[in-house]
Amino acid sequence: MNALKNAFREIKRYPSALFGLVIIILLLITGVIVVIKIPYQEAIRLWRGGEGVWYQNPKTAPPAWTNWFTKDDLPPSYFLNLDDERVTKEVEAFDGTGDINYVMTFDYNYDAFPRELALFLTSDFEEKNPFVDIYWYQPDGTEIRVASVGLQKSQTFFFSQDTKLRRRLGDVAPEIGLFAIPDSDPPQVMKGTYEMRLEGISFEESSDYAAEFVIYGQVHGVAGTDHLRRDLSVALLWGIPIALVFGLIAAVGTSILTMIIAAVGVWYGGWVDELIQRITEVNLVLPFLSILVMVGTFYSKSLWVILGVTVLLSIFGGGIKTYRANFMQIKESMYIEAAQAYGAKDIRIIFLYLIPRIVPLLIPGLVSSIPSYVFLEATLAVLGLGDPVLPTWGKIINDAQMNGALYNGMYYWIIQPAVLLMFTGLAFAVLGFSLDRIFNPRLRGL
Amino acid sequence: MTTETKSMETVAGAKRRARAGTFSRVLKYTALRSVTMIITIVIGIYLTILIANMGGYVDEIMRGQIRENVGLILRNQEDYKQLSPEAKHVRFEREVLDEEKRLGLDQPFVIRSFKFLRDGLSLNLGRALRMTSDTGSRQVRLIILERLGPTLLLMGTSQLLLFFSSVYLALILSRKYGSFFDRVVITLSPTSSAPSWFYGIFMILIFAAILRILPFGGMIGAPPPENSFEYALDVLKHLILPASSLFISLIFISIYNWRTFFLIFSSEDYVEMAKAKGLPDREIERRYILRPTLPTIITSFALMLISLWTGAIVTETVFNWPGLGRTLYTAVGLYDTPVIVGLTIIYAYLLAITVFLLDFVYALVDPRVKVGGGQKKA
Repeated sequence: MNALKNAFREIKRYPSALFGLVIIILLLITGVIVVIKIPYQEAIRLWRGGEGVWYQNPKTAPPAWTNWFTKDDLPPSYFLNLDDERVTKEVEAFDGTGDINYVMTFDYNYDAFPRELALFLTSDFEEKNPFVDIYWYQPDGTEIRVASVGLQKSQTFFFSQDTKLRRRLGDVAPEIGLFAIPDSDPPQVMKGTYEMRLEGISFEESSDYAAEFVIYGQVHGVAGTDHLRRDLSVALLWGIPIALVFGLIAAVGTSILTMIIAAVGVWYGGWVDELIQRITEVNLVLPFLSILVMVGTFYSKSLWVILGVTVLLSIFGGGIKTYRANFMQIKESMYIEAAQAYGAKDIRIIFLYLIPRIVPLLIPGLVSSIPSYVFLEATLAVLGLGDPVLPTWGKIINDAQMNGALYNGMYYWIIQPAVLLMFTGLAFAVLGFSLDRIFNPRLRGL
Repeated sequence: MTTETKSMETVAGAKRRARAGTFSRVLKYTALRSVTMIITIVIGIYLTILIANMGGYVDEIMRGQIRENVGLILRNQEDYKQLSPEAKHVRFEREVLDEEKRLGLDQPFVIRSFKFLRDGLSLNLGRALRMTSDTGSRQVRLIILERLGPTLLLMGTSQLLLFFSSVYLALILSRKYGSFFDRVVITLSPTSSAPSWFYGIFMILIFAAILRILPFGGMIGAPPPENSFEYALDVLKHLILPASSLFISLIFISIYNWRTFFLIFSSEDYVEMAKAKGLPDREIERRYILRPTLPTIITSFALMLISLWTGAIVTETVFNWPGLGRTLYTAVGLYDTPVIVGLTIIYAYLLAITVFLLDFVYALVDPRVKVGGGQKKA
């Protein structure tokens, strides 16, 4: 215990270790908050929920903070529906038929055009469906007729796919034409307040419709979105606890089991030791990553199965030799002899006398091995063997790779998980490195 | 005069005898090691087969192969061609069943696993389900052999470069430790915790996506240049990014490790003694630091080569490098079991051969093997 306290005092002398420690603590706190704020089920829903959860997000939009680095102010995406005070609904009923109008006003003061405009319309009717005329008013009062639609129970009107509207705008893409100063070349955004009117007629007493207007911007949220319109921040945040749990469990499990095996081998000696040595040699010949790939392909991609196999394959690693050499020295100590003399059992000697002596040596190795497991999870995910349900950093990178993020300039998609991975890995590596120098007197001063 | 020649003769004779003794000892050591290594390989591959077959996947390979073979044979038989579709089906299934019996698929797994082991050991890796080699063959062995070259090129270049430059730089740094560059290396060494594909992504981002001066991936441009010199140049251009990402991911930690290692050795008494005698630095390095550390250097070289074989799976995938690693990735994507199992066996082989070869070299340089009869040191 004293050794640990001293070690902590020593850490203060290494600024890089402090830096690593601060990052690790921050990650741990964030991880806990994430798990509490976005419970597992909610995270799965947000990441796997289907179109219904993320239809309001633009596709592959970079995060909003990229605006700080670009000359133009790019529009984020937003949506307008009845919950919004910018939307008003007017209903006027005559006998049998009714006028149901929506007026949506909004400011558009960005330098660039949105990616896409969509109107989500739902209606209920018995036999005769309502009919809607859509009008668009630019800030200078110009009126543009967008379209006339006979409503189904549920439908989505994508402005960009309406060829008639396109022709009416002079063969300009609607999401540009509707916002552009007429005849500007290249098209420039007319800034100001826009209005969209939906003039609906219903032909039944109880018939009604609801409308939601979504302007898909060019940037989205704090982390951007992927090819399925999913908000990357969910996966980036949930990646933290997953990476930490995977790294910690794998590192702790491997180190402690390795240590126990080495201690048992040294203490009993003879064929036990010999067997452990041989197993280590065989394990050296087993191709670690390809076996993991095989397990992932044939059996299960579950994070926990992979974790178990990883620990199993890493137990008989190179670490055993280091521990063995150390235990060999300790075994000859006087106090072990004394323990034997008073009749201590083997188990007692191994767990109470041999292993505690080596803990200081264990800690730096354990901490430094965490990054390799964190990256191992990412490596498997990049190979397409990531956990099928959980959102992880590696899976984001894999998605980005699959969709050619680097070729198509969607750098944010890869950089964000990569930077998080780097910080996590580096924090543990730096800390472990300093701990090694603190606990390992041979390295001191070198 | 005569006594002098006589004594010289005995010295030469003793030397010759000693050399013969050394030779036999090295031979004995090597033989012992090769026996253990072969046993290790056999166990390793057997374990691989057990892992692969737990879900019955090796059986699937065999069954698929049988069906294909039976189909091929029957298609060429005149009487079979004349049968009705139903009769054809019955006949086909019967032949398949016979063949499965002949190959022992009805036997318990324990017996069959040894058959797989034999096939695996003799590199009889079967046929791929979906993948083909560039020459159009479905032989897993051919697919793998074809991909071995690019992997060797990539890994050989980067790892040899890495090894020699890190040892060389470490020697320099150990001579003037505490200097600015020394501290830079110490500070940067934790960066090696990230795998090479991770650096690869950043390399692609900077040099291919933003600067557009190097290709995104692949091994050769399309269309490949006709001229063989230009061809080599083009391959080199494609090699730069993957090789340097492999290099960067490990360079700092290996320099750091070597430097620390050399420093520990250069504080030994006999080095101080050599310094006191006034030997030049170069001489001290060669004879008093490098020579005693040679076995360790070789061991670490062996370990590096081992990591070399499996280490580049993702790097090759990220860079679209047509090597073994990317083949594994493709095979995973296609669920091409025979290729995955075959690759794992090949990896196991390559690892074992590497370990064995370096053990042999080890025996040549380790004085404990030369002098003290084949005492094994892990």
